[in-house]
Amino acid sequence: MTLSARGLGFGFGNRVVGTGLSCHLDAGEVVCLLGPNGSGKSTLMRTLLGLQASLAGDVLLEGKPLRSWPIVERARRLAYVPQAADSYFDFSLLELVEMGRAAHRGLLSGPSAEDKRAAMAALQSLGVGHLAHRSLHAVSGGERQLGLIARALATEAPYLVMDEPTANLDYGNQARVLDEIGRLKERGIGILLSTHHPEQALRVADRVLLLRDGSLIGQGDVGATLTSEALSSLYGRTIEVATVRLANGGERLVCVPSASA
Amino acid sequence: MQRWRGAPMSLGRARFPLWLALSAVALAVVALWSFSVGRFPVAASDVARALWSAATGSESGLANHVEAVILQVRAPRLLAALAVGASLAAAGAAYQNLFKNPLVSPDILGVSAGCALGAGVGILLSLPLMAVQGLAFVGGISAVALVVLVGFCLGRRDAMLTLILTGVVVGSLFGAGIALVKTVADPNNQLPAITFWLLGSFASVMPDDLAIALIPMAVGLVPLAALRGRIDLLALSEDEARSLGVDVVTLRLAVIGSATLVTASAVALAGIIGWVGLVIPHAARLLVGARFARVLPLSLVLGAAFMLAVDTLCRTVAAIEIPPGAVTAFVGTPLFITLLAATLRK
Repeated sequence: MTLSARGLGFGFGNRVVGTGLSCHLDAGEVVCLLGPNGSGKSTLMRTLLGLQASLAGDVLLEGKPLRSWPIVERARRLAYVPQAADSYFDFSLLELVEMGRAAHRGLLSGPSAEDKRAAMAALQSLGVGHLAHRSLHAVSGGERQLGLIARALATEAPYLVMDEPTANLDYGNQARVLDEIGRLKERGIGILLSTHHPEQALRVADRVLLLRDGSLIGQGDVGATLTSEALSSLYGRTIEVATVRLANGGERLVCVPSASA
Repeated sequence: MQRWRGAPMSLGRARFPLWLALSAVALAVVALWSFSVGRFPVAASDVARALWSAATGSESGLANHVEAVILQVRAPRLLAALAVGASLAAAGAAYQNLFKNPLVSPDILGVSAGCALGAGVGILLSLPLMAVQGLAFVGGISAVALVVLVGFCLGRRDAMLTLILTGVVVGSLFGAGIALVKTVADPNNQLPAITFWLLGSFASVMPDDLAIALIPMAVGLVPLAALRGRIDLLALSEDEARSLGVDVVTLRLAVIGSATLVTASAVALAGIIGWVGLVIPHAARLLVGARFARVLPLSLVLGAAFMLAVDTLCRTVAAIEIPPGAVTAFVGTPLFITLLAATLRK
């Protein structure tokens, strides 16, 4: 039971972004997609979500090609968490999350009592239940992002694809979102997230995908894959992965870019 | 924790039933006022008696000419204003969700320009009123069909922006057509009729026209009401809506088709009346939040009340009829700036 791609070609029409890419996402694991600007992270994610057609190869959801899934069935299994935007209409956080129940109800019905319960439970599980009735315009960026994650949870999908969920968030809110991602993994949800911060991969990911110019230059367990060499080659400048000792005696890996020569 | 930010919840959200009830009361008051005032003033109690007798079939005991003023002169015009106001506001609410932009209006897809050109051609050919309205309707629908067709041909990337820009371009093309029609129109009788029509009027609405226009209005409003839960998701980005299981293209076409049908019927009945479809749904959203299941009913009631109040002013403040399109612009502009300021403060 996975989300997987074999020999995937992706891009827009004539503009090929990547070819021959293979990867997979299992339940209960966090996979981090790293790559410089323009490496094709967003295009790959949209292709894996079925939001744009693949140019070659197939994306398989539970063994079946993504395009053969009815859109409603797909929405119950594969959820998308976009970056929190400012441009939302004046919905409350709960109303936003209730939209995650669209694939669970008829075309003509509004949210049922069951939908409202599920939406509220999703918000509470992320610790923002008390903000349910706040307008999206009256909560912080981090809280809005947690609302978008709650909406994905409300779909009951076992796979979540998150597009830079910590972009535009301050440091505290980034940590908060990462903590929640770690907890979702414990609940058996498979999460693919893109990020510009390799340290986030060191913190929450089981595996990493390193994408450069549309192809994977490395993928595998964080410890083995996310080396100084790999990161340096990925971003085109020297980056060192170092161990720091914490005050409580624990150890943590960090990434340090070298000072330019 | 951002506890200091704003009220714990948007007040309007909890008060949807209250706002709807208040708007309904306002609507009733405006209707009573509209029935009473005019060149032949009627007491409010007589209005109530005449309406009661019309509803129950009993004898009103009023003089025949009083009853005629209420039921045959004022009632059709009143109903037309209510229907047009409600329709334009509902269509505006739908378009605003569709374009994820609270500042768009039913004119955005070239609907009004298309209707105006159709009507202008009808007047130019000296066709009967029914045919003029039919042509207005055809013109409005053609404009939107052209916009959607061009939008689809130009591709799927940034489909909404493409649609808006195409709407502006097609609108100005139809606008050029109107200018051409005005140039060749007979300045003595056709030109005034076209100009009058471009600013809207309820003065010449006949009961038959009303009955015919109400059918497509209702046909367009039913899908908007039925799909209210899905229309909310159109306010999200296309990727979000699709990943949540919404067939965005089909839903958009359904909403565009319904809202355009409603708009075109309103324009065919009373000419072009701007601002209602922009200001009313905007105000409704400010009062009760963005959920379409609340914005739609509140827009219908507020739009009807607003349009009726405007038309009543149009026929009472001066010795001659003032075009309602001019009044909605005079009232709508400052109202809109106020609403915009309130939105920006939020």
